[in-house]
Amino acid sequence: MQNTSLQFKKQVTIKLADVKLQDALSRLQSRFVEGRSAVISEIHDLQETRTAAAAIRDRVLNDLEHWLLHFEQQATARGAIVHWAETGDDVNRIIAEIAAQHGVKTAAKSKSMVSEECGLNDALEQAGVSVMETDLGEYILQLAHEAPSHIVAPVVHKNKEEISDLFAEKHQLPRKTGIAELCREAREILRPAFLNADMGISGANFLVAETGSVLIVTNEGNGRLVTTLPRVHVAITGIEKVVPTLEDVTTLLRLLPRSATGQSITNYVSVLTGNKNKEDHDGPEHFHIILLDNGRSSLIGGEMQEMLRCIRCGACMNHCPVYQNIGGHAYGWVYPGPMGSILTPLLSGLEKSPDLPNASTLCGACAVVCPVKIPLPDLLRKLREKQMQLGMKSRQETFMLKAWAWLALRPNLYALATKIGVRMMRAMGGKEKLLHTLPGARGWTDGRDFPAPSGMTFRELYKRGAHK
Amino acid sequence: MNAREKILGKIRSAQSNAALRTPTESINNHLAQHPRGPMPSAPENLLAQFKERALKLSSDVRGTSDKMEVPKLLAIYLSERKLPNSGVCWPSLAGLPWSAAGLDMQSRPAKNHDLIGVTGAFCAIAETGTLMMLSGADTPATTSLLPETHVSVLDPRRIVATMEDAWDLMRKEFKQPPRAVNFISGPSRTADIEQTVTLGAHGPYRVLLILAPL
Repeated sequence: MQNTSLQFKKQVTIKLADVKLQDALSRLQSRFVEGRSAVISEIHDLQETRTAAAAIRDRVLNDLEHWLLHFEQQATARGAIVHWAETGDDVNRIIAEIAAQHGVKTAAKSKSMVSEECGLNDALEQAGVSVMETDLGEYILQLAHEAPSHIVAPVVHKNKEEISDLFAEKHQLPRKTGIAELCREAREILRPAFLNADMGISGANFLVAETGSVLIVTNEGNGRLVTTLPRVHVAITGIEKVVPTLEDVTTLLRLLPRSATGQSITNYVSVLTGNKNKEDHDGPEHFHIILLDNGRSSLIGGEMQEMLRCIRCGACMNHCPVYQNIGGHAYGWVYPGPMGSILTPLLSGLEKSPDLPNASTLCGACAVVCPVKIPLPDLLRKLREKQMQLGMKSRQETFMLKAWAWLALRPNLYALATKIGVRMMRAMGGKEKLLHTLPGARGWTDGRDFPAPSGMTFRELYKRGAHK
Repeated sequence: MNAREKILGKIRSAQSNAALRTPTESINNHLAQHPRGPMPSAPENLLAQFKERALKLSSDVRGTSDKMEVPKLLAIYLSERKLPNSGVCWPSLAGLPWSAAGLDMQSRPAKNHDLIGVTGAFCAIAETGTLMMLSGADTPATTSLLPETHVSVLDPRRIVATMEDAWDLMRKEFKQPPRAVNFISGPSRTADIEQTVTLGAHGPYRVLLILAPL
């Protein structure tokens, strides 16, 4: 997928003024934030479980080579073929080769964010394989030629009316208005796609090293269909997704659906190991697993390694005041919200997404809800520091920070300057006690007023004993 | 150098700091012992918890002390909902008196147009009200997937507390996982349109659990 993060600020202005999007985002907030909070307390000891989950992820990341090799060995022993891909283009090439090798003309696909990194669908169409997205949200986006705006709820930015119009136009059927009717229509259109597909393509939520298994969590059942009916199954995932044992993955499964959609467990959890036996009635004859690097290995052993713990639940974006106001498309690549603001610069280059590490108020909500305890605000701060060191900040920002640092090193002068400053601002605020514009921060005051200070600095108030 | 060597090489050189690396012995121990993480406290009554959680996930639950009564229970369930009375079942259940209850159950894997699929289950998990299904020649995965109604006949003695217990049971009875282990927790669903939960996406619209000693 093409990265348009450079247009972040322009996108934000458009998204903030999009009434339909704002309406859709408020729904996400109520359903997912409240949904999580209702079931997360079911976990007997949440903090202990989060700590254990983080340790499971770290165990693998601290010795990733070993665990990848163990996974490969176990998966191969059961008849799967493991492929390694350095880039998204490599994934596309490998799948096109597998398709050619098995005479594949049609593919049915369940949701995979890694495949979005690769731009897989376009590449396969060019290779002569027609691809059908089968996750309802992804299917809607394929019809609309749009990108997902959330990693769990990809079509959160669209309302029911838009989907009704889209189905009526593309399916050439009478326009349905009920959500259940729309789902039924999609089911009936997609069922033949599952039955006729030569190849099923899926992602993988986890890879289990102990057994060489691919684990997929789904609700719709499309993940089961694409991994059961077609004669070839290709699973694509990132190299960081390995988990040691079935017990370890079970600990992560207590957290993943609860954090993602507020479910105690997803409808289906499928653990797929090897290909079909001679006596089996169903299952793929050929099982291929593609492990994608795409920049992930560069995080290993460094100060950003903790980001690779991520299990893609989306809780950080659901709880992020920035995501809640601008949605996912503004971020410009596959992964939005706090995790995306870190992952996008790391995987596709800080210079291509300079605004993302700054697209956060550092309120800390993301770190509180992260099931694998990724210190997201700390990582965002590290990226900001890196931008400063690399001279990527604007001249104005650099000058202001330098000026502030100069002043802050001179306490008496600082006290005098702030004393004058707050008094001036109080006078400017007038009766309303609001500043409509601030010199040097017009962008901030364009959308809201700045509350005027009371006229005293903190140090003055402290001296007076107001702290007692 | 191929992609595999390049990727593994990058990781190796980034983790050359041996102090951080886990000794092979400790890795092998972890695999051999597969220790459990933090667990929920054991329920007082497995069956009661299983039923409660299954109902919460929109499964329907019935029970009988005589497995020969299963077809009758299913016939009542189907007629209450005005559902068709023919479908497919796993071979292990072919001997139940289906036709005496007015049902036409064929012992074969499900095809696209079959509307009812009757399966057993490897075991069930009380913590979440979940069925655990192992694929195999006599336990086809399509039977719980393609039909609009999935019926699972479950021996209450096969209810375990947690997924960890279910893995142990699998390890005890089989050396390794089969091609597909499917955990099923209620009818298929989607919330992709306006985050509104709708039952019956690509899999079954309803799941009926019949508890009966087998």
